[in-house]
Amino acid sequence: MAPIAATTGPAHTRIMGMGSYRPKRLVPNSEVVDAIASSDEWIQQRSGIKTRRWAGPEESVQMMSVEASRIAIERAGLEVGQIDCVVVATVSHLLQTPAVATAIAHELGTDGAAAFDISAACAGFCHGIAMASDMVRAGSATHVLVVGVERLTDILDLTDRGTAFIFADGAGAAVVGPSDTPGIGPVVWGSDGEQFDLIRQREDWRDVVGTETQPGSGVMPHLTMQGNPVFRWASFAMAKIGQQALDAAGVSIDELDVFVPHQANMRIIDAMARSMKLPATVRIARDVADQGNTSAASVPLALDRMMLEGEARSGDTALLIAFGAGLAYAAQVVTVP
Amino acid sequence: MATTEEIRADLADIVNEVAGVDADDVQLDKSFVDDLDVDSLSMVEVVVAAEEKFGVTIPDDEVKNLKTVGDAVAFIERSQG
Repeated sequence: MAPIAATTGPAHTRIMGMGSYRPKRLVPNSEVVDAIASSDEWIQQRSGIKTRRWAGPEESVQMMSVEASRIAIERAGLEVGQIDCVVVATVSHLLQTPAVATAIAHELGTDGAAAFDISAACAGFCHGIAMASDMVRAGSATHVLVVGVERLTDILDLTDRGTAFIFADGAGAAVVGPSDTPGIGPVVWGSDGEQFDLIRQREDWRDVVGTETQPGSGVMPHLTMQGNPVFRWASFAMAKIGQQALDAAGVSIDELDVFVPHQANMRIIDAMARSMKLPATVRIARDVADQGNTSAASVPLALDRMMLEGEARSGDTALLIAFGAGLAYAAQVVTVP
Repeated sequence: MATTEEIRADLADIVNEVAGVDADDVQLDKSFVDDLDVDSLSMVEVVVAAEEKFGVTIPDDEVKNLKTVGDAVAFIERSQG
């Protein structure tokens, strides 16, 4: 047996820079209420959402990702050539292969960086941060670009009362690299495939196309969601996961400065905060009110906004937690760059 | 064994904490939705808090049958019994 060389990397990692792209078009509740026979008041009461951002034709998954990534790389103080791996979390890049990460890596001008997509729905960004941190620590990569991006409007049924007012578009990016001190805590993650159907693409692509004997539906297989069970799982089971991520990082809840949960719904954010008994001093991301739920993009968009608005300052300790279809979830404590 | 009134009072505290409803308004004949303005998401929170408080399990399928405070109190009493 020939000996195989092993690599090692730095002991610690951190998020070096964040960036985001928000689609230009701001869509108020008044634009979505007629198709779902609802009202601005009902939507706000159920979700806290006042407006959302929907992408225009030119704001593709790739375009939004590249814009967010350029900002993140610049804020990290790096040249694009120093990025040697690109991880893109998305469920709404509708070309199944190749991975959009390869096109993003190329358009950014990386030097042939490793590039691939991951499918963990709303939990994708926190999965990406965990993988990036581990890749750097293992010596597989030095600077990893992690992108969370969605164009959910492409798979949104505008007549579905359970989803039409919730989902939105956008991109967030982070650069993960080496650090002298731990800047990314241990990930707490998992899945519960028994609840596979709670949030899902309604049908398989083959059912859309059909067969000789079974005609296809011919319509886009939209997202569906069973709101109340998801609310219960997200608000309570995920609050426990958040606490586990704090415990894994050795950070007490009183030492936490910033809480950035997946921006699913303001009611979930409030219920999680209550369930976790977050001290009043912890600043909580509430980007969902203006941006809607952007799935994999929601955590980086929300954190970046808090940094821009001074609610999250460099060196602050933040708890990130993302959860969604699968059901899949991931959480970690990070130092704000 | 808790009395009906003790369960109602504890449940009233939960409804007050979750939905901001005055605990004195949470009486057995009151409908969660129509009288107390507790919507389905708040109801999920009430149910989870009640499960912890009373040590019972309230399945999702059962929640839709709990229309009044009295329905919920009776379910908790049966489950504890």
